[in-house]
Amino acid sequence: MKLLDTIKDGNLRDAGAQYWENSSPTKRKTIATALIGLAALLPFMGVGILDTPVSDYGAVLVYPVGMFILMALGLNIVVGKSGLLDLGYVAFFAIGAYTMAILGTRTSLNTWEIMPIGIALAMLAGFILGLPALRLRGDYLAIVTLGFGEIVRIAALNTREIGGPNGIANVPVPPSIGPIKFSLNDQKAFFWVVLVMILLTIWMIRRLSVRRAGRAWEAIRQDEDVAELMGVHTLKYKLWSFSLGAAIGGAAGVLYASKTLFIAPEMFTLNVSILILACVVFGGMGNIWGVMLGAAILAYLPERIRFISDARLLVFGLALVITMNFRPDGLLPRKKREKVLVKKEAK
Amino acid sequence: MFDTLIDQFWSLTLSGIALGFIYVLVSLGYTMVYGVLRMINFANSEIFMFGTFATIVISRDFLGNVDGSKSLPLPKLLLTISLCLIGSMLVSGLVAVFVEFVAYRRLRARGTNRLATLISAIGISIVLSEFMRIITNSRPTLNPRILEKKSLFEVAGANFRIDTVLTIVFAAVLFVVLDRFVKFSRLGRAIRAVSMNEDASKLMGVDLNRVISATFLIGGFMSGAAAFFYTLTYENTKFNVGFTLGLAAFTAAVIGGIGNIRGAFFGGLSLGLVEVYASAVLGTEWKSVTVFIILVLVLVLKPSGIFGEAVQQTRA
Repeated sequence: MKLLDTIKDGNLRDAGAQYWENSSPTKRKTIATALIGLAALLPFMGVGILDTPVSDYGAVLVYPVGMFILMALGLNIVVGKSGLLDLGYVAFFAIGAYTMAILGTRTSLNTWEIMPIGIALAMLAGFILGLPALRLRGDYLAIVTLGFGEIVRIAALNTREIGGPNGIANVPVPPSIGPIKFSLNDQKAFFWVVLVMILLTIWMIRRLSVRRAGRAWEAIRQDEDVAELMGVHTLKYKLWSFSLGAAIGGAAGVLYASKTLFIAPEMFTLNVSILILACVVFGGMGNIWGVMLGAAILAYLPERIRFISDARLLVFGLALVITMNFRPDGLLPRKKREKVLVKKEAK
Repeated sequence: MFDTLIDQFWSLTLSGIALGFIYVLVSLGYTMVYGVLRMINFANSEIFMFGTFATIVISRDFLGNVDGSKSLPLPKLLLTISLCLIGSMLVSGLVAVFVEFVAYRRLRARGTNRLATLISAIGISIVLSEFMRIITNSRPTLNPRILEKKSLFEVAGANFRIDTVLTIVFAAVLFVVLDRFVKFSRLGRAIRAVSMNEDASKLMGVDLNRVISATFLIGGFMSGAAAFFYTLTYENTKFNVGFTLGLAAFTAAVIGGIGNIRGAFFGGLSLGLVEVYASAVLGTEWKSVTVFIILVLVLVLKPSGIFGEAVQQTRA
């Protein structure tokens, strides 16, 4: 059987894609609905085996698992799709969170009204940073974004008007949507919001991937010079990729602030950027399913296993080194047809 | 706002130069590795950090120095300084070779793309700093005082303290030795050959792996020496000590033109001065912000640095 052969090749991703492409539209709809329904029911499946020793299962589903998946999908646009290494992703998360905290405590706007503002500000920050930084080659981009992430944190730490090191407390929870109420003790509503955001993100990435932007990113990732020569406006598409990634980070930040009710600069360290990067790399750069699997595993394990939680970052750093050295395409690699030219820079 | 700067100009200049020499040594770790690999040595800040801990462990645990307000007696002092300096250089050098072996070598042999190597290097850098964080429980570690910071002489309000003078003199000597070494020794010529043209030097019989390891080792030696002087002056360290310092040293390397050894000298000194002046004007809490803005400005306006080396779009 053809399907079995592909699995034997070790590429589960291709096997899945093949199955999907060979299915009829009705079958696809059924599969998608079933998967989404299953995901939506996750908060009710708090059985012993999934429970986490320290933290509450429902809370873990929202943060870190849901939130990590969302942010990893956002960073995947930048790192996986266009091959730009962004080490300051936390900055956009922080900008979203601070927008929510400042506007939520000082104006009468609610979370849903602040969401677009937070996204817009994060995108703007991505644009402003990207305009000079994206002209630089890969490793310089990495170090400039790394610096940028720290700068945002230091600026928040040193600015009295937004609480300095004390941060901002009493951030309001989102107002209820119909019968769904948001409160500190009930995590389900938050989980569903994250789920909707994840679905929107997946939808956006899937649509973009097969259109001009997606093809441009793919070309840039494989060989930027050639892409430029073939008439791809590389800076423009790199900026788009950067800003879209930033937008998702900002959206996650708004929701995060609205859920934890209190934010402070120390929540937005370089570590967050590294954790999200590890999720993307470990799962499989450029592949939505791989990234989600990677994020779910790396977010869930530290909550389940106490030892990992203490040495979380050490484990994640090791995950980066080991994945890159032994399985550079991650757990679930991207589709084979998308990686034809990867070995081009071989020496 | 500018009062402090004007009042203490010469004293600030002196501490800027001392800081600048520490940057020079650390930025050599970036610049040399960049020269041969065309790749940033992301773990250089952790290589430096291991040097600071090596200094403390040797001084405190092996030589049994305890914190005192007075200097050690001269023979013991000389022994401590030389052992700590050599030990710190050795530890940093070995960590650097380890980093190359674990994070770079396999990927280079297989010829994967740059992104993979970059991520692997960041990973090893995180592993090293987290390893130290867990061992030290996130607490700063104190270095016992071995040298009373007595003033030797004073010129125009600038206080030439003994540790400042030691740092400047030793760092300058080390820099000259390295510069001569790279210029004239057999290994130095091999390093320069590889950085000019990797394929051609391979054809001429240069053992690429050996040269790259040696480059990491030498870069590590320099960072280790910087770590010793840093610990001598500031008398404490922490697992994340390399982060801001590494970013600054990298900026210094870029200012001078990364890959260019003499450029690193100029870049390190000028960045040290600018940083000290800027802290006097803006306050120390904005120090790393200043450094970062300088880095972005240099990369955008003159990415090849002052002494040149095209870095912007050039391909490895």
